[in-house]
Amino acid sequence: MNRRETFLLVGSSLVSVPAIAQETPRRGGVMTVHFSTEQRILNPSLQASTGVYIVGGKIQEALVDLDAAGNPTPVLAESWESSADGKSITFKLRAGVTWHDGKPFTSADVAFTAMEMWKKILNYGTALQLFLTAVDTPDPLTAIFRYERPMPLGLLLRALPDLGYISPKHIYETGDIRQNPANTAPIGTGPFKFVQYERGQFIIADRNTNYWRPNLPYLDRVVWRVVGDRAAAAAQMEAGQILFSPYSALAISDFQRLARDPRFEVTTRGNEGNARTNTLEFNFRNPILADIRVRKALAHALNIPFFIENFLGSFAKPGTGPIPSVSTDYYPAGMPQYPFDVAAANRLLDEAGHRRGAGGVRFSLRLHPAPWGEDISLFATFMQQSFAQIGVRIEIVRLDAAGWLRTIYNDHNFDLASGWHQYRSDPAVSTTVWYRSGSPVGAPWTNQWGWNDPTIDQIIDNAATELDVPRRRALYADFVRRAQTELPLWMPIEQIFVSVFNKRLRNVANNPRWASSSWHDTWLAN
Amino acid sequence: MRIVSLAAKRLAASLPTLLLILVGIFCLLQFAPGDTVDAMLAQMGGGDAAIAADLRRFYGLDLSVAEQLTRYLWRLVRLDLGFSAIYGKPVATVILERLPATLSLMGASLSFAFAAGMALGVIAARRVNRWPDTLISTLGLIFYATPSFWFGLMAIVLFSVHLQWLPAGGFGDVAMGYTGARRVLDIAWHLVLPTLTLGLIFLAIYLRIMRASMLEVLSLDFVRTARAKGLRETRLITRHVLRNALLPMVTLIGLQAGTMLGGAVVVESVFSLPGLGRLAYESVVQRDLNTLLGIVFVSALLVIAVNFLVDMLYARLDPRIGA
Repeated sequence: MNRRETFLLVGSSLVSVPAIAQETPRRGGVMTVHFSTEQRILNPSLQASTGVYIVGGKIQEALVDLDAAGNPTPVLAESWESSADGKSITFKLRAGVTWHDGKPFTSADVAFTAMEMWKKILNYGTALQLFLTAVDTPDPLTAIFRYERPMPLGLLLRALPDLGYISPKHIYETGDIRQNPANTAPIGTGPFKFVQYERGQFIIADRNTNYWRPNLPYLDRVVWRVVGDRAAAAAQMEAGQILFSPYSALAISDFQRLARDPRFEVTTRGNEGNARTNTLEFNFRNPILADIRVRKALAHALNIPFFIENFLGSFAKPGTGPIPSVSTDYYPAGMPQYPFDVAAANRLLDEAGHRRGAGGVRFSLRLHPAPWGEDISLFATFMQQSFAQIGVRIEIVRLDAAGWLRTIYNDHNFDLASGWHQYRSDPAVSTTVWYRSGSPVGAPWTNQWGWNDPTIDQIIDNAATELDVPRRRALYADFVRRAQTELPLWMPIEQIFVSVFNKRLRNVANNPRWASSSWHDTWLAN
Repeated sequence: MRIVSLAAKRLAASLPTLLLILVGIFCLLQFAPGDTVDAMLAQMGGGDAAIAADLRRFYGLDLSVAEQLTRYLWRLVRLDLGFSAIYGKPVATVILERLPATLSLMGASLSFAFAAGMALGVIAARRVNRWPDTLISTLGLIFYATPSFWFGLMAIVLFSVHLQWLPAGGFGDVAMGYTGARRVLDIAWHLVLPTLTLGLIFLAIYLRIMRASMLEVLSLDFVRTARAKGLRETRLITRHVLRNALLPMVTLIGLQAGTMLGGAVVVESVFSLPGLGRLAYESVVQRDLNTLLGIVFVSALLVIAVNFLVDMLYARLDPRIGA
């Protein structure tokens, strides 16, 4: 059976979902979850990353989440509206919600979290809330966000499911926020109450009997098991010790193997909000790469469909630019592309004056692949072999996470780098920083290429404060066109994270960021 | 009293080594590109330069290397291992939490390897060049040549996934929340596969050493004398040969205590055990200097302690050494 048939089978099993949905949910049971990297912090209002959401997102809640269709849906906020000038946004908060320690949840918590955490500490939050000047709290259930410049409501609502988690003011208002014990023993309003974090072993959270959604959650307990080794995690899934492995944490070969096993579902469903693209980053400080013809030649030299078909299976597709196709609001079609064309690549290099020398080699470059993700490593090897065909010799340099970030984004000591760009709901949150000039040295995943383009800077700035949705969409189409024409970096592959479920779990993957969301309606069949 | 003074002398002799190791590791890690804030940003998936600068101040990384080293050594003099960047608590606490898993895994594997290696070695030596010897020696060679991560994974596939006899990993079943004796049994149950995996390689070494040493002692004059005076074979082996043949084995325990700590990294990863080995690996990846130096310190103490015990054992086994 080849890969395609395998995934057709998986697809056909999805058709039976409506039948499952009619079952009566069973109360009780323990959900065990694969936790692949140890975290320093579990509070999602202080650190925005999937490793935090996978735990903290069940214990703390955000103002809004996404519904099944990917639209913002009320959680701690019941409704919202923006003033005409876009400079104040009012949230009406849910009444009768209490923190796990029994204190009531009020607008003071929202104001404190926004001003002290999102604006000052939360990664991506500091950029999103840069122009937030104050949060007014006329009454305990109203929070009015005041902005210095217009804040598009759509942008804020798209960002808040990830960047809008609320922390209790009464726990955090005294002392250094970074050293607060609640950072690793979070106190929230969510369906599960934190119990214990045993480093290197497990995290436990129990049912919140006082949860504001009546009669929920169904599960008694969630246990996250710390398993760093991929093969061991796959074995624990098969042995039934783990019921859910999120965010592509198993080996690609194990996805294909488990997909053939009727006990498991291997799917990208429930991760649509978390698309990522593989990158090829060029260092403009190397005069060879500062030449647009060389960058285009390298892009043309890669047979991306072949690589995806043979190495990544059906969880990936060719990328078309910085905004991935899952972004229904802002994905622009018909942008400049660089299809596989060795003749064009050779011609471009000849034109650039890089003739083949001894052994057919035109020039040599160093390539630094990021150390996360099996696909990045495979892609680096694939690039090495493909570029050899057009006379470009590649030396692959492998570093660990800290070393890679320092070398690329701080020391700029590279020619080519390859990693992931993670798209976070809106281009202004996660994507434009890769192209906007003026990012301070050392800020990871930003424009550190030595490339400075006033045209794209202007487009990015205009789009970030544009309130009208169609005009904003047009600006982002301009942005992608410029990015694809100048090619300061290239995003040739688009991927969605893969989840592996034991089929005993029900009500799973029912929104586009399910692995990060609260699991209040998830239940476990016998 | 003699023991105490010997212990003190040993400890004093190992202090310079310990200092050298700690300073060496500190300097070595300075050569690794990136610091703990880079590692944290990698985990966060992004953050601006102001956040990074703020975090560097928080972790004391804005100081010069010499200053950091002086501070560390000064803390060490006061027996303070410092604060762990990844775990947000004192390093001593973090290490204490991990010691039970490491010590039980090491203790169990060492005992298993020693006991089984000794028994098999004796059998092989007594049936030298006959089929039991060939079988045991071949098995030993296979165990020795197989990488432990592969052994571990295959054991999981066979015993946990297919036969479902033993758990696939973890240090006790958390979901059940056992306490007391039930918990001890549960942990022991979880340690069966890791112990076998880590122990098999060492078993192979012990078995070969034991066999060779037995053969050597068996050829000595006093054995012939003992036989000549009519001692029964079993008594001869246990009273005379074994005791003499054990000396190289005991030496090996001391030597391998360190190796075992290193080999445990792989086994702890495969079986998701919360031990020192995995902690050390995590500390390197996250550039958590304090934790790493703390682990080196504690591991060095462990190895010194084991070697001290081995010295004591020597004196017990062979009175000539004590004198």
